[in-house]
Amino acid sequence: MAGGSAASALQRVQVAPASTLGERLDTPGGRPPFPVAEPLAALLPGGGLRRGSVIAVHGSLSLLLALLAAATAQGAWAAVIGVGDLGVLAAAEAGVVVRRLALVPRPGSDPAPVAAALLDGLGLVALAGTDRIPAGARRSLAARARQRGSVLLPLGRWPGADVELDCRAGAWHGAEDGHGRLRSREVVVRAVGRGAATRPRTACLLLPGPDGLVAEALGHLTIKAVG
Amino acid sequence: MAPVRVVVVWCPDWPVVAGAAAEGWPARTPAAVVSANRIVACSATARAQGVRRGQRRREAQGRCPELAVLADDPDRNARAFEPVVAAVEALAPGVEVVRPGLIALPARGPTRYFGGESVVAERIVAAVAAQVGVECQIGIADGLFAATLAAHRGLLVPPEGSAGFLAPLSIAELHQPATGMDLAALVDLLHRLGLRTLGAFAALPVDDVASRFGLDGVRAHRLAQGLDERPLARRHPPADLTVTRRFDPPLDRVDAAAFASREPAEQLHTALAARGLACVRLGVGACTEEGEELHRVWRCAEPLTAAGISDRVRWQLDGWLTSRGGRPSGVDDSTRQADLGGITVLTLVPEEVIGGQALQRGLWGESGEDDERAGRALVRVQAMLGPEAVFTGVIGGGRDPTDRVRLVPWGDDLTPARDADLPWPGRLPAPSPSRVPAHPLPAEVLDDAGCAVGVSGRGRLTGVPHRIAVGGNPPRRVLTWAGPWPVEERWWESGGGRRCARLQAVLDAETELCAVLLTCETGRWRVEGIYE
Repeated sequence: MAGGSAASALQRVQVAPASTLGERLDTPGGRPPFPVAEPLAALLPGGGLRRGSVIAVHGSLSLLLALLAAATAQGAWAAVIGVGDLGVLAAAEAGVVVRRLALVPRPGSDPAPVAAALLDGLGLVALAGTDRIPAGARRSLAARARQRGSVLLPLGRWPGADVELDCRAGAWHGAEDGHGRLRSREVVVRAVGRGAATRPRTACLLLPGPDGLVAEALGHLTIKAVG
Repeated sequence: MAPVRVVVVWCPDWPVVAGAAAEGWPARTPAAVVSANRIVACSATARAQGVRRGQRRREAQGRCPELAVLADDPDRNARAFEPVVAAVEALAPGVEVVRPGLIALPARGPTRYFGGESVVAERIVAAVAAQVGVECQIGIADGLFAATLAAHRGLLVPPEGSAGFLAPLSIAELHQPATGMDLAALVDLLHRLGLRTLGAFAALPVDDVASRFGLDGVRAHRLAQGLDERPLARRHPPADLTVTRRFDPPLDRVDAAAFASREPAEQLHTALAARGLACVRLGVGACTEEGEELHRVWRCAEPLTAAGISDRVRWQLDGWLTSRGGRPSGVDDSTRQADLGGITVLTLVPEEVIGGQALQRGLWGESGEDDERAGRALVRVQAMLGPEAVFTGVIGGGRDPTDRVRLVPWGDDLTPARDADLPWPGRLPAPSPSRVPAHPLPAEVLDDAGCAVGVSGRGRLTGVPHRIAVGGNPPRRVLTWAGPWPVEERWWESGGGRRCARLQAVLDAETELCAVLLTCETGRWRVEGIYE
């Protein structure tokens, strides 16, 4: 029965079809992207923070915290370099596990070596003050992220970023001339980038949503006080 | 069983000696240690002026007005005694620290080695005086109790002579409070029964003592007879795990330091692992050619592996070799060596160790690898920027976004300053501002007529906010606002605590909206948070 067992052995070996090859090439080392919250997944190619990529975030620290939340909850480590006034409480409310969020508020005159050291060991590295980094250092940081399978999240312009997320703040809900309190905010996030992300994608989100986490805005509903 | 021959080393008035040394007082100062308002110990100078153990503090100060009083601190006594123990241990291993101030060791070994009991006594006194600068007295006798009493008198009791030595001594000597035996009631009773000396007590038949005085009586009876209550519990000297390396020629290059750090790190880790220990605080010390001594302690969140020890040593040497002198790294090597000198001696000291099982990895691999990689990267950044450069936040209790978060340098204990589970009435509900400036920006709140808006004593706004200027910028229109919410904190304190009011406002910026958290305190508005 040697022939039969060989056939069943072949069946047991799972042969991946060639059509899935593209996805696998997308993930260096075969590792899946870092997860993000459901409403943000639609904006990112691959539905998450692809390892080895550079994802620039403009205009909102809350958006950065929302991006870090799911990954840190799953055990990844994140660092924020050069933001001296980050609200750690806001991070916790956005769902970030603050135990795995390292802060380097004062990286010195040149943040690039600090970012490079952190890209070696941490999965997600956010970096402010990108204007001060020369083009050569940017390229080497991007190369380091690609090599290590980490994600670099510059807070500001970054030519050559894989995805650029631009956040436009909209109306706040909950406060009305002395009554209530701030509860949620509408934002429009626009994602443009290279490769799979060339086609711009836009999403209307609540950031923060009513429960603190990012939520999808129901654009056709306008929230009005009744009575 | 015949009692073993014991050498007792006694430092008189140890609590006072240790306390005065800690305070830096000269030895002749009349000093006393007080616990619960009673004198526990006093110096010889104070005793000469009539201060006695057991007196009230007021009474002692009445007899000796210049008496310096110290609080009793058993930790301090024990800590200060450690060098004395080490000095004695260097002469004869296997000592027992009966209490701080009193050491016992078996006499047989050192007597044979040094050739006579009086020689041993001289050696110990000389060693303690030379190495620690403390006076001590030696007593040698059969059994710990007799040897202790002999030490109080500075006597060498001949072998088999303990019973004879003890017989004429007062029955009150049975009560040695510091050794943990409280025989005060028994001593008092024996005294009233007319048994004034140990010899008289020892002469009673043991059966009668047992039936009349019980177990304590039998123990005391054995002591009075010169029979030992228990053998010595000998202390094993703590292993010296410090690793020292000398470098000839001295280390003056970073790559050489990197290479040199590996082997001592391995050795330290192996030595610790052999004892089932792991290091969580590593001291790295170095001597330079110039004779400069450098020392730095690395705290670690996780127990150190061999690679972790090696990394820290390398980073530290790297830091010392490149950053001292404050020169940029571009200076050529010859001038750098000239003014700094290379490193000649490297010492690794395990400052704090814990049980090695803490190094055990999670069975299924879910914990460990990511955390360890991240930890190494963060420590690397600490080596670049200093230990106060990398933080993690801890969320605790409080009412403000600033109060509730404590930033802890990486590697330190992650305990919140205040309990988050307590109710904190007046706490700002979520969402919290995503930016919390370390120094709140001054702000001005104006109504539609351009007059400043404040908060009244009843916690109400004095006008409707129309425009808000932040940090000297031109005022921006207020789209909507919420509050004010008055907060009164610690009003029961003498300083008056803190009284303020909070306000949330959404401002109309040029391109997009911006929400801020304002606080009004003593009439002045400040921006405490920005919702970005």
